[in-house]
Amino acid sequence: MISNLIKRKIFTLLKVQYSNMLEYRVEIALWAISGIIPFFMLNIWTNNNLNESINISDVMLSRYFLCAFFVRQFSVVWVVFSFEEDSLMGKVSPYLIQPLNPFFRYFAQHLAEQITRFPFALIIAFFFFIFNPDSIWIPNLGILLLSLVSTFFSFLIQFLIQSIVACLCFWTEKASSIERLLFIPTLFLSGLLAPVVSFPAYVKSWIYLTPFPYLIDFPANLLSGNKTNIIGGLSMQILWIFLLFPLFKKIWSEGTKKYTAMGS
Amino acid sequence: MNLRKYLKVYKKFLHTSLASELEYKTNILIDLITAILSLVGSIFLLSIFFQNNGYIGGWKFEQALIIQAIYTILNGITNTWFNPNLTEIVKHIREGTLDFVLLKPIDSQFFISLKKINPSGFLEIMLGFLLLSFCIRINQINLNLSFLTLSFITISCSICILYSLWFFISTTTIWFVKTWNAIEVLRSFLYIGRFPLNSFSFSLRIFFSVFIPIAFITTIPSEVFLGLSVVWKILLEVIVATVFLITSRKFWLFALKFYSSASS
Repeated sequence: MISNLIKRKIFTLLKVQYSNMLEYRVEIALWAISGIIPFFMLNIWTNNNLNESINISDVMLSRYFLCAFFVRQFSVVWVVFSFEEDSLMGKVSPYLIQPLNPFFRYFAQHLAEQITRFPFALIIAFFFFIFNPDSIWIPNLGILLLSLVSTFFSFLIQFLIQSIVACLCFWTEKASSIERLLFIPTLFLSGLLAPVVSFPAYVKSWIYLTPFPYLIDFPANLLSGNKTNIIGGLSMQILWIFLLFPLFKKIWSEGTKKYTAMGS
Repeated sequence: MNLRKYLKVYKKFLHTSLASELEYKTNILIDLITAILSLVGSIFLLSIFFQNNGYIGGWKFEQALIIQAIYTILNGITNTWFNPNLTEIVKHIREGTLDFVLLKPIDSQFFISLKKINPSGFLEIMLGFLLLSFCIRINQINLNLSFLTLSFITISCSICILYSLWFFISTTTIWFVKTWNAIEVLRSFLYIGRFPLNSFSFSLRIFFSVFIPIAFITTIPSEVFLGLSVVWKILLEVIVATVFLITSRKFWLFALKFYSSASS
């Protein structure tokens, strides 16, 4: 009964947000284009033969960066910016009255956006294959499913981290600058610009303990067929989700207690 | 007489926007940490590229650092002036407040380009200059008058090109209303400016010097610093900058003809 209700709610939310997102197709297409940095990086790597030193062939590296692009496309999170705006404008108050955590709304928004984005990402991948016909490959079904799961986990980790940051809005009003700060290590350590294998040893020794390599490097390696520890990676992702979720619940309940609506 | 009026108005702009930005003091601190981390991150990325290679696109590590320094300065300028002001155009047009700007007895481009200021960008500019002076030491560049004038000319041209690109994209808001993500696309392309142009493949090099002149923005000033620049390149940059400035101005005046206020 309860699960049925939740299902219906989620389904309705998704439907509403999907039709909402379809309104902004051009915007989402542009957003998909803005994620092509990994391809520029690939160009630097292969054009200068930098990959020889890390023992990855051109083809494997280009698959890696294509997968990194895909994983990034489906794990982009912007909940803190939406929440900050809503909280500054006082829109959070009506959401709080509803018998549904407002973060479900944002969650559905993100999923709907990913569905809208999917065809554009495919088009970009198509062009990528036209320019790099050698790198075409078909991953087997098991790997494909596993990498879908790990991409979704990566999205969940980032969504949880950003939601925690977003809850800081209850205290500071401008939480997005903290998010911009957190984005820097995500950008450089997640493997979006350079695969984690290429990092110097002094970074590799501790990086696997942080959530960063599991955001892009791990799912991208998995999907592209590069060497990776599947069980270790997935369990680390799950571990981080289990660590972050209670933290989010705690900060959410503290924050809503602290919340004073606009004009009070 | 006109100039004096604009100077006076600009002083007021500075005063009001500084006053409002300094309300969020912790934000400025967080932004400073973000700027430092982002510089550290990109030097880290550069060091990965150079760990087994002496040269990238014909540039040594010490020389490539100059590009980073110039990029940091320009990024600071973007964050101080272009980003806070030109993203505001989107808001003006969506909410119809551009009417109030157009009614003022002052040039509209001046008003919307310089109204706001984000003081945390200053820190980034300073950071860039620190790195630049460090680079001047390690590359043993001797400062003389002609070098200083040339670097001043090229960097100011870069600023003009950068401004025109931002302004150009923001102006398209008049037709498309939501160009938020077009700015993201520009940002991701500008990211290329962190690396020497020669490290990219030939086709990308053409793309980034003909269609979007990102190549001019950081590479040519850096070449001046290294004493590698050729006269025609500097002349070309001056011409490109002038063309961009004039076109963006013309484009703004042209676009205004299509502006039909909100709800009309």
